[in-house]
Formats: sequence, structure tokens, C-alpha cells
Amino acid sequence: MSVVAELSHATARGPSSSKGRDDRAAWVFLLPWTLGLVGITLGPMAVSLYLSFTDYSLLQAGSWVGLENYLRLFEDARLLNSLKVTFTYVLVGTPLQLAAALGIALLLDRGLKGVGLYRSIFYLPSLLGASVAVAILWRQLFGSQGLVNQVLALVGITGPGWISDPSTALWTIILLHVWTFGAPMIIFLAGLRQIPTMYYEAAQMDGASAFRQFRSITLPLLSPIIFFNLVLGIIGAFQSFTQAFIVSGGSGGPADSTMFYTLYLYQQGFTRFDMGYASAMAWLLLVIIAGFTAVNFVASKKWVFYDD
Amino acid sequence: MTTEATAEVRTSTVVDPGPPGVRRTASRSGRRRTTSVAVHAVLIAASAFLLYPLAWMVVSSLRPTQEIFRTPGLLLTTFEWRNYTEGWTSLQDSFSLYLWNSAVVVSLAIVGTLVSCSMAAYAFARMQFRFKRTFFALMLMTIMLPFHVVIVPQYILFNRLDWINTILPLVVPKFLAVDAFFVFLMVQFIRGIPREIDEAARIDGAGHARIFLQIMLPLMVPALATTAIFTFVWTWSDFFGALLYLNTPDTWTVPLALRNFTDSQGSSSFGPLFAMSLVSLVPVFLAFVFGQKLLIKGIATTGIK
Repeated sequence: MSVVAELSHATARGPSSSKGRDDRAAWVFLLPWTLGLVGITLGPMAVSLYLSFTDYSLLQAGSWVGLENYLRLFEDARLLNSLKVTFTYVLVGTPLQLAAALGIALLLDRGLKGVGLYRSIFYLPSLLGASVAVAILWRQLFGSQGLVNQVLALVGITGPGWISDPSTALWTIILLHVWTFGAPMIIFLAGLRQIPTMYYEAAQMDGASAFRQFRSITLPLLSPIIFFNLVLGIIGAFQSFTQAFIVSGGSGGPADSTMFYTLYLYQQGFTRFDMGYASAMAWLLLVIIAGFTAVNFVASKKWVFYDD
Repeated sequence: MTTEATAEVRTSTVVDPGPPGVRRTASRSGRRRTTSVAVHAVLIAASAFLLYPLAWMVVSSLRPTQEIFRTPGLLLTTFEWRNYTEGWTSLQDSFSLYLWNSAVVVSLAIVGTLVSCSMAAYAFARMQFRFKRTFFALMLMTIMLPFHVVIVPQYILFNRLDWINTILPLVVPKFLAVDAFFVFLMVQFIRGIPREIDEAARIDGAGHARIFLQIMLPLMVPALATTAIFTFVWTWSDFFGALLYLNTPDTWTVPLALRNFTDSQGSSSFGPLFAMSLVSLVPVFLAFVFGQKLLIKGIATTGIK
């Protein structure tokens, strides 16, 4: 969010003074970045927008098709299903992950011994979670013979094949997402450390219960950070790809139940080379993410508390 | 409103996670003993629960394949080192090659990111130039841009340049500061360095090049180290880029090799699969062990994952 803060700053300030400029030297320093901005980001963005109105594919030069790709988006049942899958992942996975992060951060913030060690342990999955190796591990954990079912068998339950059952496959990936709660936990922990102890001391003198203290002190003072984690978490979750790809063996299956939007986009653009359509999909994703972020900001006025 | 609001977030997240466990101990020591035992119990249980899959992975990499799915326990009776030797050579090329490919990509990515991002950051933090604010705003916006919007044209571009099946698409952008997040991180860091230091140098006749190279860079070491370690971890794990651009087996990086391992092998070789998965995690784990402080501080102060 600091990025957002800077952004509104950068656009809000008045014109800069022209004296003391070092334009030429500055462009030397900015040369690599400018090349990247134009060649790797803005240029491709413009091309992507153009392609989204064509039927370009790597195999044939495209021709202008107007809004056809965009209209196709809303008639494509697999695409609509991939949106449903992705929304479920984002809207269930992110809050659950943040709840776990906040819960553990609260426990760690009680001045216990060994906080550093716990913090490291809880952070480790976050660091490894994006890897192919962990996604492979997940596939074996939740396989019909996997660790989870072996443990269930010990208490006499025959578990389903979690990955091969369309009703549970997505949930294993959501669980993997929750498992990586360490990074937001560290941010929460840093935020909790900022809350002045005297607030709690005063509340205790007034006889406030632990729950009351949490509700009336911790939650409001931490709300800007909860908001920060929520916005970034949602933006990131919309873009996740690797886990669904590996867990489903690249298919988004079974029965499209783990067909994330990004996975479908990849299939359209890079296995079917329907690049015009994939570009339209990418712009829809951008609009959706921007929409969610905007809604988050508007809603934040109702619940995020700023102490100044 | 939003400006103040988000500015507040920034200041409140910029905090040294510091020496843990010292703060509130004194103030709330009354009901400590019993609750702290309970809290430790919860935390230990949670840790065990989280780490168990990883431990199971380690143990499974040392078990004969037919034993892996027979017991949920962690007790090892024999050590099946063969999983490692078998896994190492079970794909078209030796795993050494994939590790080497990954190491090359990662090293170049780190060098490229450090050079290009520190240069841009210095300009944004310490120089005056036309359209500075516009460019800074653009830079910040690219941080939040979902990369899907650019991958199709990028692919077409790299295809035209004949860069498919080379590491260039994975490496060249890093030299062009595309990971703008690190530019931002370094700008923040440079702003914290007193201006008097570079002004003194300027009075002594040093130009921007000298101030940057001889004064700023040495002072920026913590920010550079944070950047390096995050670039290391992210690039090492990067799957999507490799999937797009590396199609011939001799160019595969480790994540891609692993993916193809899962595809090409039947259910008979889970032992070797676990072994190689574990090998792929070793560098990240080492980064965790030796770079933890930087990683944790980086997250706490900037909110990156």
C-alpha cells in the first residue's frame, strides 16, 4: 500500500522548479528502466490492447474483429467457470489466510520466549509455497493414497481422492494458500508492535476483558494493516498459477474444477495460440483486479480506522 | 482521505521487527504462567502441523517408493539413497544441467536487477529532471500491473527476436528494471540517507556518477542485499517464465525439469521425484537459513511477499 500512498503523492504535488535540474545525467541513470518501461511494459500493453480486437494467432496474421473477442468472453462457459473457480479461491483463500496470519501473530505478540524461532517456522512455508516442489508435494499429500488419507485411515475414515474429486480439488489448493500465511503474519506482527502498550494498560485498569481489548484496541489500530494485506493479498491471489497448474497436471481438472483464470488464459494463448482472445482475457483480468481494488478502497472508509 | 490513509499505512508498516519478545512482558506478568504454557502448546501444535508435510517429504525422499504410501510416520528404517542417484539421471539430461541452468538465470537476474534498479532509484531519489513525477507515478503503477496484460506481446516479441529456448527472455528484462518493486524499495532506502552526505561530496566536486558509485552504493548495501535475496528466491522458483520460453530439455531450469518429471514418470518413481523436489528446495532453504533477517525485515518494512 505504501506504493499506493506514493502514487497519490506523486500525482498530487505541484509543478517542480526548473532550476538545479540534471536532465542529461538523469536520463543516463534512467536509461535501462526507460527501455524496460517502453519495450517490456507500455509497448506490449498497447499491443495487447490492439491484439484483443483481432484474431491474431502465432500461426496466422490476425485481422480486425472488433469486439468479437470480448463478446465471446461472456459466452464461453469454460471461461465463466474459470472465473467462478478463481473467485472462490480469492474470496475464500485470502480471508482464511489472513485470519490464520492474524491469529498466529496475536499469539506471538504476547511476549513469549522463542518468538523469533516460531516466526521463522511459520514463515518457512511462505517462502517455499510458490515452488513447483511444494505443489508436487501437495499432490502426493492429497492423493488417494497420500499422507492425509493415511492419517484418516488411522482413525477409521476412508478419505476420497482429494485431488481427483472435482468437489474437493480446489480446496486442496486453497489449503495450500492458507499454509503460506507467514508473510502477512510478519506484517501483522510488525503492526502489533506499533500499538502503544499504554492503551492496553488503561483498558486493563478499567477492567476490560481480553476480547474487549482486542475488539476496541487491537482491531481498530491494526485495521490499516489488515486492509493493506487484504488489498495486496487479493491482487496476488487473482494471479496465482503455478500451484493449480502443477496440482492438476496442467489441465485445470478434474472437470475444470481447478481451472484458474490464469490457467485458462495460458491454455488459450500458449497451447491453442489464440492470442487475440488471450489478450482480451488479460484485459478482463486487469479490469476485475482494478475493480476489486477500487471496491476495497471504497469499503475501507467504513471499517479502516486511522488514528490521527 | 485516501492519501492520508495510505500514507498512514506506510508509516505504520515501516518498523523494525526488532528483538522479539521483550515488550509487554513487564506490563502483563500477572496471569502469565498458565496462559503462556497454553499459548506455547498451541504454537508448537501449529508448527508441527505446518512442518509435518515438509518432514514427510524429506523422509519420503529416502524411502523405497512402495513404502512411501504405506505409513504416515516419519521413522526411517532404511536410507534409500538410490532415490537421489536415480532421480538425478532419470530425465533426458542430468539434474546437474538443470541446476546449472537455474544458477545462470538466477545469477544474471540478480546482477541485472541490482544494477538497473539501483540506477533508476538513485535518479528518482536524488536527481531533478523533467517529468520526474509522471515517471515515478508510472513506475509505481507498473508494480501493481498484472503481468498477464503483457505476456502475449512479450512472447511475440521474443519469438521474433528468436529468443525462444534461450534464457534471454528470462534475463534481459531484469537488466531493464522490470521488477519495479525493487526500484521503489531502494528509493525509500535512499530517502533515509542524509542528503548532507552527497551534498558534501558535490561540494568536493564529485559528479552524480561518483556520488552514486562511491558513496550511495556502499551505503545502500542493506537494500541491495534485500533485493538480491528476494530476486534469488523468486527467480529460483519462477515457473511461469520458464514454462513459456524454455521448451527444449537442455534449456530447462529446475522447476520446469520437476514439472516434466511428474509428467514423464509413472507412479513407480515417487521416491526419486521427492528426492529431486527436495534438491530443488535446498537453495531456497539456505537463503532462508542465512538470509532470514533480511527477508523478514524486508517483508515487515515494505509488505512484499
